[in-house]
Amino acid sequence: MAATCETQSVRAVWSVRARVLPWAPVLTLGIMLGPVVAGVLGTLGPAFGYMPALGGDEVGLDAFAMLFAWPGLVPASVLSVTTGLAATALSLLLVSVICAAWSGSAVFRMIERLLSPLLSVPHAAAAFGLAFLIAPSGWIARATSPWLTGWDRPPDVLILQDQLGLSLTAGLIVKEVPFLLLMTLAAMSQIRTAQARDTAVALGYAPVTAWFKTVFPRVYAQIRLPVYAVLAFSMTVVDVSLILGPTTPPTLAVQILRWMNDPDLNLRFLASAAAVWQLGLVIGALLLWRICEIGVAGLGRRWVASGARGGATRTVRALSLAAALLSAGAILFGILGLFVWSFAGFWSFPDLLPDGFSTRTWMRHAMSLWPVVTETVVIAASATLVALLLTLACLEAEERHGLRPGARALWLLYVPLIVPQIAFLTGLQTLAIFADLDGNRMAVIAVHIIFVLPYVFLSLADPFRAWDARYGHVARALGASCDGVLWRVRLPMLLRPILTAAAVGFAVSIGQFLPTLLAGAGRVQTLTTEAVALASGGDRRVIAVYALSQTALALLPFALALLVPAVVWRNRRGLRHG
Amino acid sequence: MAEAGLTLEGVVILRDGRTLVEISDHVAPGDVLTVMGPSGSGKSTLLSYVIGTLDPGFAAQGRVRLNGRDITDLAPEARHVGILFQDELLFPHLSVGDNLAFGLRATVRGRAERARRTAAALEDIGLGGYGDRDPDTLSGGQKARVALMRMLLSGPKALLLDEPFSRLDAERRDKIRELVFAQARAKGLPVLLVTHDHADAKAAGGRVHLLE
Repeated sequence: MAATCETQSVRAVWSVRARVLPWAPVLTLGIMLGPVVAGVLGTLGPAFGYMPALGGDEVGLDAFAMLFAWPGLVPASVLSVTTGLAATALSLLLVSVICAAWSGSAVFRMIERLLSPLLSVPHAAAAFGLAFLIAPSGWIARATSPWLTGWDRPPDVLILQDQLGLSLTAGLIVKEVPFLLLMTLAAMSQIRTAQARDTAVALGYAPVTAWFKTVFPRVYAQIRLPVYAVLAFSMTVVDVSLILGPTTPPTLAVQILRWMNDPDLNLRFLASAAAVWQLGLVIGALLLWRICEIGVAGLGRRWVASGARGGATRTVRALSLAAALLSAGAILFGILGLFVWSFAGFWSFPDLLPDGFSTRTWMRHAMSLWPVVTETVVIAASATLVALLLTLACLEAEERHGLRPGARALWLLYVPLIVPQIAFLTGLQTLAIFADLDGNRMAVIAVHIIFVLPYVFLSLADPFRAWDARYGHVARALGASCDGVLWRVRLPMLLRPILTAAAVGFAVSIGQFLPTLLAGAGRVQTLTTEAVALASGGDRRVIAVYALSQTALALLPFALALLVPAVVWRNRRGLRHG
Repeated sequence: MAEAGLTLEGVVILRDGRTLVEISDHVAPGDVLTVMGPSGSGKSTLLSYVIGTLDPGFAAQGRVRLNGRDITDLAPEARHVGILFQDELLFPHLSVGDNLAFGLRATVRGRAERARRTAAALEDIGLGGYGDRDPDTLSGGQKARVALMRMLLSGPKALLLDEPFSRLDAERRDKIRELVFAQARAKGLPVLLVTHDHADAKAAGGRVHLLE
């Protein structure tokens, strides 16, 4: 359709939009990447001593000298690398084994159905849920006490916030597995995976081996960027670390945030240097990962050439299903735990359930909860709306003006997901403070758009492009203009994927902790910032109320994205599936 | 005086510098020109060139005239060339009646008048009272009739058919084919049919142009 819409642009009425629409991709990239670039520069400047507003006009390495003098640097750096690599590797392993062992089966379809709700649970809520399960006084200890463990009081062991970051890694895995699984499913739908595997099975390969030898290499090539995003995120996450990570010293990202929030503004130089160090660690880990990729690929080729048929299908199936259930169960039972705690009356150890249930905690916090919910919704709805409009403008411009995005464009989309938040938001806040742009809702919305946009785009692009263009040709032959086709045919037919993309964007915005905290300068309060702030207080009932509200708010749009098309198109069978 | 009918004047369509389609011909009102060729020979590409939705991956030369008017550079919606595809492509979000209303020219004004016209059109194709139906609940033959009527209501001056009968079973195929050609003759529309089915070409009765 590209050329055909341009022929219309000679008409005067049309010319304004014809001139604006081709710029949509550039505008979108500017809105998304401008702050990332500015933020990285704003981090680099102070890190090397340059921040005139704070009297730093001499370029030097003083800040790095301070950083290297901090005794926590080595453990914090090691922690960042080990938790990041472990969470990414284990998530990827679990996802690929699940696909290898179960894809195409009824069990797999059940797992697919569980995916959306698990994905939409915000990181902080999932982390709280997990904490309530594995804490010394958590559900697992209660369920096994005293008959198995002999405990009649919560044991004095450090399970949560352990020094090795094991609980932090677990918290990351339960959230990254659904994300990587979604990306893998999308990749698999573009490759004829069943055919390849069945061919190998016919040649005598065990199903799991067949999948790893014929499907995995092609799938991995497509999920490489999401994997990198998972690695960068896991190394630098702040909210999950505050809930599940060690405290003395904390992870590097958390320590940077502490320095940023210190009243002593001179610590900003230190914070910036640490952020640059963190960025370096992430780049180093990504390089290491890439080297491992090459190594594994070499070994894999040898394994394929060996002709080994494999076996142990049953064992792999059983183990992978158990691991998947554990991972999904950690979130589902965690949310259930939050639910019980939020209504719990007196609840002594080791009782499995509280003595009584009441709405007291909810009642007591309803008044303070309401304005926070409103603020959260306004921010999420605005960021999602902007991201959705930009995405639609980009996709329509791509269609009308034949702007075919290459592989490089996909990389650009992943930039905000791979450059660690802590590395550029630190600098962005420094810049914003001196431009007097921080601490208000608009700043928070603008920063949320950076992270909402990639997800909305990734979610909508495939269904938008997969739409049968012949509907457009028929509509135009019937006398509809380019705009007419868009508004009267294409968008209504794509109602379901558009609403799904909006729900994804909304959930992403709800979950943002660091961007809200830094762009809002602590003055803009959302459910996420409030819930995480409560973590140190330890009042489980209040934490549960906030974390549950956060989860409900993220889930609601997904429910609407299912419900609205089902109601609107209740008499349209052709749109019910798809 | 301009010549009535659809004229393809030295039309050449190229892909990567290779000639895909080459045709010069004239279709008089009420006549059918059948273009035949194996799949991949560019039959459908020729039709998308005539309606104005050629993919930018192709290059094209030559002119298309409709009743003497050069429509080569017009937007698709300004050409008044109707097309039927192999699939009916009824808009799945609109009712059967609204699908017809989508085709009906905006020059027919007033909600009541438009509703009367679409209802009458449904009667014409033996689907009276089907206006509120979900198009997906119709049979293949019913869908084909709705697609034909939707196109006719848009007041086309020429008719392009892209293997429109190949999805129908043998019995329905003959009936629908008869209906389409009868309508085209009655309205004096030049018809350009692309197909790989010799029975289509035979039923059309006109000249046949073979593509390699």
